[in-house]
Amino acid sequence: MANEITITIDGKEIETQEGEFILNAARANDIFIPAICYLTRCSPTLACRICLVEADGKQVYACNAKTKSGMNITTTTENIERERRAIMEVYDVNHPLQCGVCDQSGECELQNYTLEMGVDSQNYTIADVDRPSVDWGHIHYDPGLCIVCERCVTACKDMIGDNSLKTVPRGAGAIDGAFKESMPKDAYAMWNKLNKSVIGLTSGEEMLDCTSCGECAAVCPVGALVDTDYIYTSNAWEHKQVPATCGHCSAGCQISYDTKHTSIDNPEEKIYRVSNEWNYVSLCGAGRYGFDYQNSDVTKDETAFGAALDAFKKADTINFTSTITNEEALILQKMKDKFGYRLVNKDAQDFKTFLRDYSVVSRSSIYGSDLEKVHNTDFVVSVGSALKSDNPNARYAFNNAVQMKGAGLYFHPVADPVVDGMSKNVVSINHAPLQEEAVLYLLLDLFGNKDLLPTKIIDYLATFHSMKTVTVTETIKEKVVTQVTKKVVNKETGEEEEVTSDVTKMVPKKVSKEVEVDDNRLLEIVGAPDKFEETLQKLLKKKETFSLIVGPDLYTHPSSQNIARLVALIEKYSAFELVMIPTLTNTLGVGLICDLDDEAGEYAIGYNTQGDYVLSALGDGDLDMPAINQQEGTLTSINKRVNPTNVAVGYGGYVLNDIANALGLKAEYTIDYTEQLPTARGFKTRKFDDLPNHYTNAGEEVRGYLLGKMPVRMKKDEHVVAIDEDQALDGTLVYLANPVRQFTPFTNKAHQLISEGGLYMSESALSGSELQVGDEVSVKTEAGEVSVKVISDNKIDGEIAYLPTFDANINSEALFGGYRFTTASIEKV
Amino acid sequence: MSFEKFKDRNVGEDGYYMVDIEDYPETGWGKFKQVASRSLKGELFVGLWVVLREMFKFDIHTVQYPKEKLPIGPRYRAVHKMLRLFESGTERCIGCGLCEKICISDCIRMDTKYDENSRKEVTEYSINLGRCIFCGYCAEVCPELAIVHGGRYENASEQRAHFVEFEDMLTPIDALKAGQQEEYPGFGAIIPGSDKSVKKTPLAY
Repeated sequence: MANEITITIDGKEIETQEGEFILNAARANDIFIPAICYLTRCSPTLACRICLVEADGKQVYACNAKTKSGMNITTTTENIERERRAIMEVYDVNHPLQCGVCDQSGECELQNYTLEMGVDSQNYTIADVDRPSVDWGHIHYDPGLCIVCERCVTACKDMIGDNSLKTVPRGAGAIDGAFKESMPKDAYAMWNKLNKSVIGLTSGEEMLDCTSCGECAAVCPVGALVDTDYIYTSNAWEHKQVPATCGHCSAGCQISYDTKHTSIDNPEEKIYRVSNEWNYVSLCGAGRYGFDYQNSDVTKDETAFGAALDAFKKADTINFTSTITNEEALILQKMKDKFGYRLVNKDAQDFKTFLRDYSVVSRSSIYGSDLEKVHNTDFVVSVGSALKSDNPNARYAFNNAVQMKGAGLYFHPVADPVVDGMSKNVVSINHAPLQEEAVLYLLLDLFGNKDLLPTKIIDYLATFHSMKTVTVTETIKEKVVTQVTKKVVNKETGEEEEVTSDVTKMVPKKVSKEVEVDDNRLLEIVGAPDKFEETLQKLLKKKETFSLIVGPDLYTHPSSQNIARLVALIEKYSAFELVMIPTLTNTLGVGLICDLDDEAGEYAIGYNTQGDYVLSALGDGDLDMPAINQQEGTLTSINKRVNPTNVAVGYGGYVLNDIANALGLKAEYTIDYTEQLPTARGFKTRKFDDLPNHYTNAGEEVRGYLLGKMPVRMKKDEHVVAIDEDQALDGTLVYLANPVRQFTPFTNKAHQLISEGGLYMSESALSGSELQVGDEVSVKTEAGEVSVKVISDNKIDGEIAYLPTFDANINSEALFGGYRFTTASIEKV
Repeated sequence: MSFEKFKDRNVGEDGYYMVDIEDYPETGWGKFKQVASRSLKGELFVGLWVVLREMFKFDIHTVQYPKEKLPIGPRYRAVHKMLRLFESGTERCIGCGLCEKICISDCIRMDTKYDENSRKEVTEYSINLGRCIFCGYCAEVCPELAIVHGGRYENASEQRAHFVEFEDMLTPIDALKAGQQEEYPGFGAIIPGSDKSVKKTPLAY
């Protein structure tokens, strides 16, 4: 770890880490240094130059100058103030005076800093060029408002990993030469760069084709990038900001639902957009655009409620999904304790089992790392997860770690152009499905500490190694001597003579050599690319911290027990820190709170899923329930944090707590259960109203509380079994996954995300088959059959197609026997 | 003018005299005497005579409201008006929402949207005159001088809601064409001579 040092900023002594950027150190200690282009967690862009400070008498940029022990920093000097004012004046040159209609007005950094720097007159001028606004689909770009701080470009590259935006030439004339002399140096340099560029698309296409997270619009300091759906609907100051936790996936991102009355005629609260603390948390497209999934227009229907109570009295099973809060999970568990219901939840059950198997080896109740740590590691490996759709935040952490001078390996059967496009420091390996164990053995082999690993495993790993002779072609330089005969005029005689001389040249020559090298058959089994070991050595240079992300493919794997143990062994005997991606929003919380059963009984209540009597927050069941954006409660995230979420829009019907009360449990509000969450499983006795939900200026996450680690009582057992190579699936394969921006039927209810599911095929797979986009096909597996339309998805590559779970009309799960891959036949109908 | 006169609070006793007021009668008999003397003196008829005299003079100063109305000052703040641009006739309101924000009785609301010409369009605008206190902040904050106060102070009706229609507040297009829309000189209007206090921005062309 870096050393604690003391520096002085404006006479105030502060403690910080050595090598931290001055700007971050100042911010963490509530010292204001203006900055526009810098994004915390990303690399400094140095576009705005407004963060100029004086460190030990030298002017530096606070966003990229690192702190040293004893540094003395002054945030303003006369010259710096002159520079800053000139920079803001330059930003105001030709900036339209249309704050009245601009969506950013009120939260605009250009407005703020123009006032902060006291710009009351303009000294600079340049002829403007035509910069027409463009429609990029879900994002609207107005170059006229753009100040080219490149924050969008930085966010897209360093955080999101789409690399969809870049700067393109503006086509403007040169700045009047007289300004070079008259204006401050940095302001001139900034202007010179600014005047040459605007933002454009990397692809060169007309429409933005990315994973549509909208983070570029969120980070935009001015009104240049705006969500198309939000444009001109509200002003920033009109919103009530409801601090909440996103309810779509296990990342549990902190979001704010920005609400306002629906219209003049309708005073009911409506969510207009979702905003985030983009310096510390980045959202995906589902979190940002999938906000209006509430169960609206629900009233208390007493007859339906009576019927629900009858159903509960009759039922012996409750089927449910993990898109519920911890409190609801606890209510279900209490109902189980009191009335003996069986609780059936497949994904939470699988994850819970996996965690338990992991604990047997690791002696820890829960994985050790979290996504925050992944952001700061040098080397990241992902196994068993379609990162971008399983947990976009894990993907951002992966990308961020790679972009910040790191490297990564991505193991997954489905090729992912998004991962491949992140950086050349990412190697993705598309192994065959059911070969995840081989991948984990490979990791043990490559990174495991051979001094500590159990000898059985070392012996087993050694069986994959053999020496083989390979022919290596080397280029060596060879000395070649040639005789050259020249005609030279003899000076004395004046006659021409032939003179012969030796000329020595070094000529490159290819030589074949036979060399004995180590052959690792594991690499062949997982299908690693040629020269993988060489590439890996390059990637591993100067890498000190390692993270391993494992995903839902492993939890449902037929040999998940063995896999869980292997994963634990990697965490134990290598430098890797481990994160597991819980399958759904609150899979971790549900797994911890509920004692789950394997088999359903005769009469089942379904909560957001199938059953004989259905409670549904989707509005399609027998009794309505509130969606997550209509509830208060807590959600347990991948970061092992119990995050509070709040009510964004009203709900008029019954909640699960009403049913529980009617059946004999007693709690006035659902959140009364927050303090009763089981401490034996790591939860704390904290009241809901005492849970914070914010980030500090230092970027520290002050949200809810962290789960405690619990002692493991199971017997230690490090036994693992060998790989079954014949297990590998081949033929026509189908994967169970969702396209980006979709997770569950809830995301598909949001008006910006609503879409029809189908069989998603990569462009290459489509062109290689006889199928066309829109064709109705029948997908048949051993377990079942569905009839769906073919959809082209350019965010995957390779032959494996996938079926989604977000579309309630397609029962994809019925085709899969647990594991997320299956062989299938796809036929046109 | 000197403020000396106002600052001098030592009023002195010049020109002041005590009014001759009898003490209040304290006994029953005293009270009876006072009532009897006031009733029989005929003081009542003095007042009646003044009224009668003025009635026959026919020099009446009363304004015959509602037939007749007093002119009101330009800074008077009555029911709002919405102005149009003189040149194009389009509404001046750009939907910036500042009036909505500044309104201290929270009575203004507007709905806006992105229209087909890529402009911000105000689809609905309403002022709840039941809550409006006619403070004039909306007119003052309006950057376009679109919402102003008019002179129509009569806001008695079965329902105050009758006044809030955007169309009613907006200058009719024919009135605009007939040159009947006048620039508003009240709150928020440009101060005469303010051109001189503006620093000019250099232009490259």
